[in-house]
Amino acid sequence: MIRRILAMTVKELLQLRRDWRTAGTLLGMPIVLLLIYGYALSFDVRDIRLAVVDLSHSRASRDTVQSFLSSGYFRHVATIDDTEALDPLFDSGAAQAALVIPAAFADDIAGGRTTELKFVLDGSDSQTASTILGYARQIVASLTPGLYKVEVEPPIGAAPLVWYNPDLKSSIFLVPGLVAFILMVTTVIATTLAVVREKERGTMESLRATPLAAIELLIGKTLPYLLVASLSATGSLTLAWLLFDVPVRGSIGWLAVLTVIYLAGGLGWGVFLSTLAESQQVAFQIALLSSMLPTLLLSGFVFPISSMVQPLQVISHIVPARYFIAALREVVLKGVGPEVWWNDALALVAYGAVVLLLATIRTVRSL
Amino acid sequence: MRTLINILVKELLQLRRDPKILPILFIAPVVQLTILGYAATTDVRRVELAICDLDRSAASRTLADAFTGSSYFRQVVAVDSSDDLDFWLDSSRARIALVVPAGFAADRAAGRPTTVQLIADGSDAMVGTLGLSYAQGTLQRVAEAGGFRLPIELRPQVRYNPDLVSRYFMVPAVLAMIIMIMTMMLSSMALVRESENGTMEQLLVTPLSPGAIITGKLVPYALVGTVEILTALPVVLFWFGVPLRGSLLTLAALTAPFMLCTLSIGLLVSTLARTQQQAMMITTFVFMMPQIYLSGFIFPIQNMPRIFQMITYVVPLRYYVQALRGVFLKGVGLEVLWPQGLAMLGLGAVILTLARLRFRSQVG
Repeated sequence: MIRRILAMTVKELLQLRRDWRTAGTLLGMPIVLLLIYGYALSFDVRDIRLAVVDLSHSRASRDTVQSFLSSGYFRHVATIDDTEALDPLFDSGAAQAALVIPAAFADDIAGGRTTELKFVLDGSDSQTASTILGYARQIVASLTPGLYKVEVEPPIGAAPLVWYNPDLKSSIFLVPGLVAFILMVTTVIATTLAVVREKERGTMESLRATPLAAIELLIGKTLPYLLVASLSATGSLTLAWLLFDVPVRGSIGWLAVLTVIYLAGGLGWGVFLSTLAESQQVAFQIALLSSMLPTLLLSGFVFPISSMVQPLQVISHIVPARYFIAALREVVLKGVGPEVWWNDALALVAYGAVVLLLATIRTVRSL
Repeated sequence: MRTLINILVKELLQLRRDPKILPILFIAPVVQLTILGYAATTDVRRVELAICDLDRSAASRTLADAFTGSSYFRQVVAVDSSDDLDFWLDSSRARIALVVPAGFAADRAAGRPTTVQLIADGSDAMVGTLGLSYAQGTLQRVAEAGGFRLPIELRPQVRYNPDLVSRYFMVPAVLAMIIMIMTMMLSSMALVRESENGTMEQLLVTPLSPGAIITGKLVPYALVGTVEILTALPVVLFWFGVPLRGSLLTLAALTAPFMLCTLSIGLLVSTLARTQQQAMMITTFVFMMPQIYLSGFIFPIQNMPRIFQMITYVVPLRYYVQALRGVFLKGVGLEVLWPQGLAMLGLGAVILTLARLRFRSQVG
């Protein structure tokens, strides 16, 4: 049995070597995509377009504006004298935020009275707006002692501490998810298409005529892809560590084990899909829809699962990337061992087993 | 004109004959929109909170209640020692921890300022950042309830979306993404399928000009895209309750140039690829994924490095997402959004010309 599987594996590898497109997709694509998106994607908001409405025209108001600009988060786009003039700036997107300083601002401060600043935000991008508001609050809080010449201490202060990613850099949190996303999409698509192509060309028939059992055929067919995909996973993770400063705090051995289980599940899914589709066009559509969208949206890669509505939280349990991303972040960023992520690993094993079983049953039936 | 109508009818008949393509075209978008509309939310709610109360007093319990009583936090555990927090944060079972020090009630009673500790899980930077800022807001509210006011109060006024509901922006963008995927995929198959099946020669010996063939290919797909929008739009408006503050006419006027772009891109791919598989690969990796990521749909463009910001100027989805934001949430019309419309029109024209040149040089 082993000999037959090996023979099949060698045949597939030879074929893969000639079929540079599939091999290239599996090997090169993840690395190229990681390079591009690793740099491009970020939630760290900078260059916020700020309009200023200074009705106070005082030294205090100028100091306030200055501390917004010198914070490094804001870029000054306009100074206007009238809040009405803000409308076109916000409608066209020329301004994202506006600081309105009331006429009585300087007098209030001089008289030691409390005062207020109005902060107008474009809420159409809600995520960015929340972040900007957070920055503005910090800046205003830091302004008080300088303007009032007194130390104001709130009755309950907070000593914030951020573990695992002290600067809250979004790349450290996004890149592991990105690796999981890219690996899933490329493996599912490449395997589905490779098998369906064989069906379309009719070479599946000649394989059937060989003394290979269905299970041997399946293993022989997926093993080479697993090999290539593992190589590309190694490349992507190395890149994440080298270029994007993603620390690897946990064990590399466990990381490899988790990655192989995850890839095996993805390959199994690809083989399963290939038994459903007759043409490459349909195969590609279902491979894309079933791998890319769930992995992008329901895995916790970008959108937090705990904030989703209940039915979606339930559905997210059948998305393998959910477990892989959780485990990946725990191994890579938190440096913890299996005692913490064993349930994620178990879920990945279960997913892989079920999918491979389905793929085997379907293949046996179609042969 | 007659020949054009003939080829249109032929294309539509061909679409109808593939039994698997129709459900993909019409049911899938609505299902996707419903699921993705719910999934694509950046609202952070119910952040898993671990509380470590070392004071065990009425004052500390009131503080804890202020956290657990808000929809931003969901308490997962109360631990007795801050060492126990390691496990909860390590395993991601808790995303944020509140440590109330011993002596908290005494400080409060004596009117002395006191400090509590907040620990955030930075491995999920989004939840961590927002969780910290919600926690600080909660502390401030507790202080204000006790009569404290910061000398300078920041009064936020959020335009267009006062409750900062991310769904209002995300759902129209998901619609845009689905329309793009469908129309681009269909048209990328258009010519290459004929060449693969060997029917391209037959088409070429008909009296049709290359231009007529191309138009005949594009118009049916534009129709399909329009029908898709019309089926999906009620879901956006009535199911998700996204406000449409602008006019449907503006929406239509900006959707047309966007579809011109996506269909032309598909067509260009169709002239570049030799097999359907190549066509799909090129569409997905060269045109689709970059558009999704570089459009500002999920990741704000202003956060990108300068060079990527430049690239986004040739991404049609960028303009369409801005246009949708304008029409749905801001209620503005073409007087504000004409640059976006013009940019898409220009991009569409350039890409279509390229595709026609490629096609002509291929058949010639």
